[in-house]
Amino acid sequence: MIEAVHNSLGIPILSIVTFLPLAGAAVLLFVRNAGLVRWIALAVTVADFIVSIPILLNFDRTTYHMQFVEHYQWIPSWNITYFMGVDGISVLFVFLSALLGWICVVASWKAIEQRVKEFMIALLVMQTAMIGVFCALDFFLFYLFWEAMLIPMYLIIGVWGGKNRIYAAFKFFLYTLAGSIFMLIGIIVLYFAGGETFDIIALMHQKFSLPVQLWVFLAFFLAFAIKVPMFPFHTWLPDAHVEAPTAGSIILAGILLKMGTYGLLRFPMALFPYATSYYAIPIIVLSVIAIIYGGFLALAQTDIKKLIAYSSISHMGFVTLGLFVLNATGIEGGILQMLNHGITTGALFLCIGVIYERTHTRELAAYGGLAKAVPIYTTFLAIFVLSSLAIPGTNSFIGELLIITGAFGFNKVFAGLSIIGAMLGAVYLLGMYKKIALGEITNPHIREAWDVDGREIAAMAVLALFVFWIGLNSAPFLDIMHVSVNHLIEQMNTVNGYYATIN
Amino acid sequence: MTFDIYNMVLIMPEIIVLSGACLLILLDLVLDQNQKHIIAYLSLFVILIAAAGTWMFAGNNSGEILGRMFTIDGYSTFFKMVFYLSTFLAVLLSINYIKVEGVERGEYYVLMLFALSGMMIMASGTDLLSIYVGLELMALSIYVLTGFIQYNGRSNEAAMKYVILGAFSSGVLLYGISLVYGITGTTQLSDLSTAVKNQGSMDMALVLAIIFLVAGFGFKVAAVPFHMWAPDVYEGAPTSITAFMSVGPKAASFAAILRVFLGALGPVSVSWVNLIAALSIVTMAVGSIVALSQTNIKRMLAYSSIAHAGYALLGLVAGGPDGIAAVMLYMLIYTFMNMGIFGTIILMRKGNFRGENIEDYTGLSKVNKGTALLMLIFLFSLAGIPPTAGFVGKFYIFMALIRSGYVPLAVIAVIMSAISAYFYIRIVMLIYMKEPTREFDLARSPANSLALAIAAAGTILIGILPAWFLDMAKSAIFPG
Repeated sequence: MIEAVHNSLGIPILSIVTFLPLAGAAVLLFVRNAGLVRWIALAVTVADFIVSIPILLNFDRTTYHMQFVEHYQWIPSWNITYFMGVDGISVLFVFLSALLGWICVVASWKAIEQRVKEFMIALLVMQTAMIGVFCALDFFLFYLFWEAMLIPMYLIIGVWGGKNRIYAAFKFFLYTLAGSIFMLIGIIVLYFAGGETFDIIALMHQKFSLPVQLWVFLAFFLAFAIKVPMFPFHTWLPDAHVEAPTAGSIILAGILLKMGTYGLLRFPMALFPYATSYYAIPIIVLSVIAIIYGGFLALAQTDIKKLIAYSSISHMGFVTLGLFVLNATGIEGGILQMLNHGITTGALFLCIGVIYERTHTRELAAYGGLAKAVPIYTTFLAIFVLSSLAIPGTNSFIGELLIITGAFGFNKVFAGLSIIGAMLGAVYLLGMYKKIALGEITNPHIREAWDVDGREIAAMAVLALFVFWIGLNSAPFLDIMHVSVNHLIEQMNTVNGYYATIN
Repeated sequence: MTFDIYNMVLIMPEIIVLSGACLLILLDLVLDQNQKHIIAYLSLFVILIAAAGTWMFAGNNSGEILGRMFTIDGYSTFFKMVFYLSTFLAVLLSINYIKVEGVERGEYYVLMLFALSGMMIMASGTDLLSIYVGLELMALSIYVLTGFIQYNGRSNEAAMKYVILGAFSSGVLLYGISLVYGITGTTQLSDLSTAVKNQGSMDMALVLAIIFLVAGFGFKVAAVPFHMWAPDVYEGAPTSITAFMSVGPKAASFAAILRVFLGALGPVSVSWVNLIAALSIVTMAVGSIVALSQTNIKRMLAYSSIAHAGYALLGLVAGGPDGIAAVMLYMLIYTFMNMGIFGTIILMRKGNFRGENIEDYTGLSKVNKGTALLMLIFLFSLAGIPPTAGFVGKFYIFMALIRSGYVPLAVIAVIMSAISAYFYIRIVMLIYMKEPTREFDLARSPANSLALAIAAAGTILIGILPAWFLDMAKSAIFPG
């Protein structure tokens, strides 16, 4: 299916934003000095971020068509093409990945002392794979990026992680692999069911038979649910988060988890509308369980990183809830909340990393009185904590509000239950803040802690900017996705109408 | 049978390899002990000449020549290129290694060339007997090469086991061939195809013959339950020979298997396809699961190679043009990645240090980044993680399977491949995530580096741009 090319800048900008980090990684192979490695990595990621800005600025909000499309032959005998493009949903995550890219480098500036070069190479390769996932419009290409991500992430957790890093790396690798291999089978089944093509756009126009829909949906769902992670596939997440170095946690929370929900939205929901409504209730039940169960688990944690990790499970439960209530409000809320969670939780992990560099502990009990020792840091921490618990005026409020509104439009019981999760969020996050920042200083390390330096402030300030920007004026962000989301819903309704007539 | 000089031209590559081998044996007599590497370089030269010859005839399809026992077609050309590649790489890996083992003798390379010619005959054979002759030529050479380190008990034991079990399995194969001949009155593959069509698939005698053929060939590719020799032989043989036999002879056996089963026995596929499917499931399962507990890397790779044979057998189950092309591509890819990983193992062997325990690789990346990175690439490729060639190979097998409607089989295969990922990434873990416990002293040599470079280039190139290789395989299938 040939679609008109929308909005080309005359340069293959998506390829540039995707492969610039990889090129940077190739350059790093030949650099020996660790200091120089850091600066090159920073330069590459900042450049990548700068490249991503015109994509957002020139994005045409009035069409649901894929924009900045690049389409070339790749493996003709399998009908595989190099097909890149973004719509109102994916463009936000390309931007988010590029944004968090340089923040990860900043977060690793001092934290990574061993094998800096290898770390930065892994980070840059990771960046290419992540942006590629959001841009790919050919299933083969998508799967390539999706799986290729495992290699650098396995190394990032396993080489530079904490004490129990090897176990966590294995768990991450095997869990994710186990999910994605079923997706691989699903992709190949679709290839044959959809007329021998891996072209995602062409496949979206196909009507698949019911057994194909129901089974392939499950195959995709498993892959993405593990990545999100949805209850009960979440057990890898706390291990991976706790053991990963700060940059690894930021990538995990900021982007990798989004890939799961992005995948759910882009593939199973768009490809199998019938199966989506068929499975919506069970998935919503799992989401609500994740929201509440994740909240209670977070409540019980004594390790800060673990607490945030479990809070991620709860927050991602909101996202999947929003997506599967299947109305525009819910889905837009879900997408916005993906962006918000990426920014806020990414920022929280950055905060944890920053303070860990100074105190070398993540035990809540070892903290107290941080506000007296490092006031600037504590201010930022307060902003991100409040954002995470969705205080009005911050980004998450808009997201959660939309999701819960959408959920009420779908079913009042689930919506009501999800509010329990939101309340739990306030309890564990404020509790955490109290234990860390308030009270008297008991730990001598905290007294010696120095406040954030310029590079850390820069990273936190940018993230805080987005917290308030989305919180106070979310319209520009919602506008970007609006047409695409409406198109998705329209498509689902048409197809479901079609099935209603044949059944 | 008329003697046609053109036919002699067509089989020139085989003649070059065989006569080259004979000349090198004579040359070996006049060379000093410290000049033996000349034989190695000359064998590389012989391989290149033969490869050029095969390449020249690549467009030809000779039909069945030499009493309808032999053919030069795209299919055999593709496989011969795989054999040249694997022999070439194996010779490169051997040059320094057999010096370290102290068994630097000219016959070593000569035997490899003999094995190469055997494999070439197998790929070109269109008669069960010519295939059998090729197989024996190949197998006998490798029996000797397995026991080449005479002073080493393990090497002797491996050779002994291999020769006894190999002879037994050859007997089983031959018995199967004799049954086929008894039932159909022919061993020529295209005649056989016509004959079995008339015979019908329910003929019990034919099924019995097929079972014998499966057992005989199954032994050669180490399919479970005929795999018991593989771990011992892989472990005991000189590492360069382990590398060689894990790719070349395996590819040759698959070349013959595809031609016999999908070509000649294709019309009665219902009588063997379930058997092969069951065989491939247990082969993948045993290979993947037993490999998990290995501590010796050569043994582990033996089980890994068993598991990979299981995937390749799936291509046979899938059948059709895609099934054939998938196995062909898989064998090419497997040659690159397996040669690569064995090439890095050979690097470890220096002085009295064997470097065969998986633990010996602990912390390698701290000391030698380049070698560690190469191992990472080969191991992830063996595990089938993109963007490496190993993924493309598996992907094509799964595609062929699903096209033929074997979705459950594909699901079993991906589960096994996820299990097998564990033992590959465990080695990556040891290399990258642990501190070194000893000094590393790698036996680097230009020849070894060249082999590793070729293997790595192939592994990455096919992973990213498979189109050319894929089209080669697809255009080279025999009409099955």
